[in-house]
Amino acid sequence: MNSKNHYDVIVIGAGPAGLTAGIYLSRARLKTLIVNEGIVGGQLVLTHEIANYPGVESISGYQLANIMKKQAMSFGCDIKSNVSIQQIELEGELKNLMLSDGNTFSSESMILTPGGRSRTLGVTGEDNFKGKGISYCATCDGDFFTGKEIVVVGGGNSALEEAVSLTKYATKVTIVHQFEHFQAFEHAVTEAKKNPKIHFKMGSTITSFHGSENLENVDLKNLKTGETQNFKTDGVFIFIGYVPNTEFLKGKINLNQWGEMVIKADMSTNIEGVFAAGDSTAKKYRQVTTAVGDGTVAALAVSNYLHELKAKQQQLITI
Amino acid sequence: MLYTNLKHLESAADHQKAISDNENVMVICGRMGPMCIPVYGIAEELESEYKHVIFYDMEFDNPESHVIRSIPEVRGFMGIPFTIYYKNGKVVKATSSIQTRDQVKTILDKEFAVPVSA
Repeated sequence: MNSKNHYDVIVIGAGPAGLTAGIYLSRARLKTLIVNEGIVGGQLVLTHEIANYPGVESISGYQLANIMKKQAMSFGCDIKSNVSIQQIELEGELKNLMLSDGNTFSSESMILTPGGRSRTLGVTGEDNFKGKGISYCATCDGDFFTGKEIVVVGGGNSALEEAVSLTKYATKVTIVHQFEHFQAFEHAVTEAKKNPKIHFKMGSTITSFHGSENLENVDLKNLKTGETQNFKTDGVFIFIGYVPNTEFLKGKINLNQWGEMVIKADMSTNIEGVFAAGDSTAKKYRQVTTAVGDGTVAALAVSNYLHELKAKQQQLITI
Repeated sequence: MLYTNLKHLESAADHQKAISDNENVMVICGRMGPMCIPVYGIAEELESEYKHVIFYDMEFDNPESHVIRSIPEVRGFMGIPFTIYYKNGKVVKATSSIQTRDQVKTILDKEFAVPVSA
């Protein structure tokens, strides 16, 4: 075992849950590594303003994440971000992690806090026209579509509210939704329906994006009849919810039907020594404060687990 | 001003000086939104790895950012951030919208490769 690459705890994910766990564990003098596939902060850095984080009057998610990162590092926590996980072994007393850059790490325990990400359609042409007609953020890119005809994909609150806000710029907004009814709150549906610039294509989905340099049209499939029509549009905004980043844990950790990790009250999973916290666990409310709380509980539970593990190992040596 | 940990360009004059004084420059022109923040974060992390490249940000809504918004290389761009790579003051690459670390590294390695001494 390479002691340099061996840790007491490896935390997967550097959102508020993972960073909080890192702060508590490092402060408890446990050798801790946080590994993160994106930038440090997770979904938190994307929040423009946080005004309900107790003790802080108002702060951007970016700044709060930076403070949490500095705090964790000040206690000696190692952080590796923007890396991808090649392999993860959770069973057994020694947990192993291999990154795509070839680096390997081991630990006595792990905390899984991989968080979530915006869902994409995952159809032909989506990657090619990102930033050239396809967007996932109305506030960021809405003004590029002034005087143009656009499509909004989705049927939740975000989709309907953003569709209404995009009518400030676009001359026509067509909402494409796979179901015949919306999941959004009634007031959001009413607002969208009474806006004369908004049109609806229900029971439909985009199956491919087309254009030369920029997006010009999409293939739109009617899910009831199976018919596909070519639909001319200058832009498409996609708001179809979030998915937990748990694909790499399938078959290892107990996941529910939505891919969320099923955990006990102490944040332990079905595997001994493996704990989980944050937005990718099965729970009702997802806030920065709840993620921080989850991360705290997971860190304390891991500390206790390691304490008991070391006591057991000591007992065996004595016998 | 954008509240990132990158160096900020606040005027067209700043921008001109940055690309004149430095051989390899990357400028991310955006807002504090979900498409831009990941790119700032990637640049912040790559600063220590690519010491021969100077990384800047510039606020998209600052009128002075016309020096980026009006260049031919961004014609047709419909997503921020506009990320521009300059070699000896000339634009060598421009990208629109969010990018991954691998995408950014590929461009940096291609456009700003450190020459191997014989």
